[in-house]
Amino acid sequence: MNLRKLGSEGGFGAALVGVLVFAAFPFYWMVITAFKRDGDLYNVDSNPFWFNQPPTLEHVNLLFTQTAFVQWIVNSLIIGLSVVLITLLTAVPAGYSLARMGGSKAENLGIGIFLTYLVPPTLLFLPLSRVVSLFGLQDSLWSLVLIYPTFTIPFCTWLLMGFFKSIPRAIEEAAVVDGCSPLGAFVKVILPVSVPGILTAIIFTFTLTMQEFIYALTFISSEKHVPVTLGVATDLVRGDIFYWGSLMAAALIASVPFAILYNLFLDRFIMGITGGAVK
Amino acid sequence: MEYAIAQQRPRRVRFSLDETDFLGVLLVAPAILFIVVLIAVPFFLALYYSVSAYNMGTLSFSFVGLQNFFAVTESGIFRKTLLNTFIFTFASNLLALVLGKITALILLREFPGRTLVRCLLILPWAVPVALAAITWRWMLDSEYSVLNWVLVHAHLVPASVWPNWLGEEDLAMISIIVIQAWRLFPFSAIIFLAGLTSVPKAVIDASYVDGAGYWRRTFQIVLPMILPIMMVAMLFGLVFTFTDMSVVYLVTKGGPTNSTQVLGSLAFQVGILSGDVGRGAAISLYMFPFLLVASFFLLRFLRRREI
Repeated sequence: MNLRKLGSEGGFGAALVGVLVFAAFPFYWMVITAFKRDGDLYNVDSNPFWFNQPPTLEHVNLLFTQTAFVQWIVNSLIIGLSVVLITLLTAVPAGYSLARMGGSKAENLGIGIFLTYLVPPTLLFLPLSRVVSLFGLQDSLWSLVLIYPTFTIPFCTWLLMGFFKSIPRAIEEAAVVDGCSPLGAFVKVILPVSVPGILTAIIFTFTLTMQEFIYALTFISSEKHVPVTLGVATDLVRGDIFYWGSLMAAALIASVPFAILYNLFLDRFIMGITGGAVK
Repeated sequence: MEYAIAQQRPRRVRFSLDETDFLGVLLVAPAILFIVVLIAVPFFLALYYSVSAYNMGTLSFSFVGLQNFFAVTESGIFRKTLLNTFIFTFASNLLALVLGKITALILLREFPGRTLVRCLLILPWAVPVALAAITWRWMLDSEYSVLNWVLVHAHLVPASVWPNWLGEEDLAMISIIVIQAWRLFPFSAIIFLAGLTSVPKAVIDASYVDGAGYWRRTFQIVLPMILPIMMVAMLFGLVFTFTDMSVVYLVTKGGPTNSTQVLGSLAFQVGILSGDVGRGAAISLYMFPFLLVASFFLLRFLRRREI
């Protein structure tokens, strides 16, 4: 190995370690903090990177016994699943219609719908909090079920539009020749072969809703009704006191499913993002 | 003639469903309805709020013209906030772009443990922002910051004057920029990677056959092909950062003394926490020109994309 090659290998290694530490250190820090005893945690003289006293489960216990953590997780799941349902019922037909019926007008409408995804929560939260109270949903988790589809529907309609376009038209044409109505062709022939696309939409919707923070912060105030991300970030802080051990334990427990989900479905995510853009 | 007769036939739902145009409209209608009722109407409601003196305390509307917009612009805090928003947006996106490019080049190579590395590298993108932000806040804590522990023990700063990351104006700004870049860079890496690997091999091979060198291939063949999708991703990053308030709200709450306040967090503070809905709406609407420009470019690149 010549010197130049060695140099470039070294550069590669350094870059790799650099981005790896930057990306993953916060998660290592969650783990260490979550299982450290308070005496160890708040001792500035001891080495913070490892356990100087035996690890403990007290922070995790506190989380499950003294806080509404379990309730928050349940809330998040209710919100996530309801929004998935609403999004599928609207975005699947819309995506199909835009992909197949109506030509270039539909293409423009599709792009128009996609652009509404850019209208941010920080622009809409004032009027929407009025809308939420008109529906009588203030401080209820159902307010989020009502509002979250405003960003999941545009996104998934676009995603599914791209997906349906990738299915050969000949499939429906054959079905119609065989006596299917256009609606029948969609339901009986296209939907069954669209499972991968619909699955991608489900995962996207679920993770988008689980990650949302601003609307939850705006609409929900009581501890009982908050989703897990908001609960951890706001309700585990009492005044100026941060229960760092429990906070990190909660962050860790709530993050793990996302880490797994994203890694399992990374190829789908990539396909969803770029595939949605394939003409 | 035949056409006229067909029109007079009594219509039944079944026949309507067989007509592609009608069915197409019917299928897209629920999504459009949702978007109109919960995005378009609220948007005009925000416009209406911004030209009225609407306060949550009094619940009274009265038309005040552009007074809210002028009143907002006159405040020093708002001007600072506007500047902060641009600095925060462009600095964090630039940093994310550089880190994303480096990450993509790393992942393009085959090396042992690549799958594990990829898993770890996309974590910042996967984890909900609220949980990640609170972790960063703990890492940058004024007393127990692990970063400071390292700096002190590496003898880079003396223990007596270690940086108070979230307590000093410039450091707080740098902190939120780095945290935002941390959130964004895996996404930009993934887009780079997807773009680079989706250039058809035939195109690359053809360029070799035609005698194109490295630079010509990179800048005149690969880059133009992946540029539209790259620009779409970049515009998305810019828009999301420009309009976001999550990191700011969770890590610094806009402080110290509004040095990290951005448009989103200021609108939240004025419109929701202080209940001055008119002013809050006006602050939010100052984001709109930026959104318009971004959408304009987004439209152009969406239509031009090949990959």
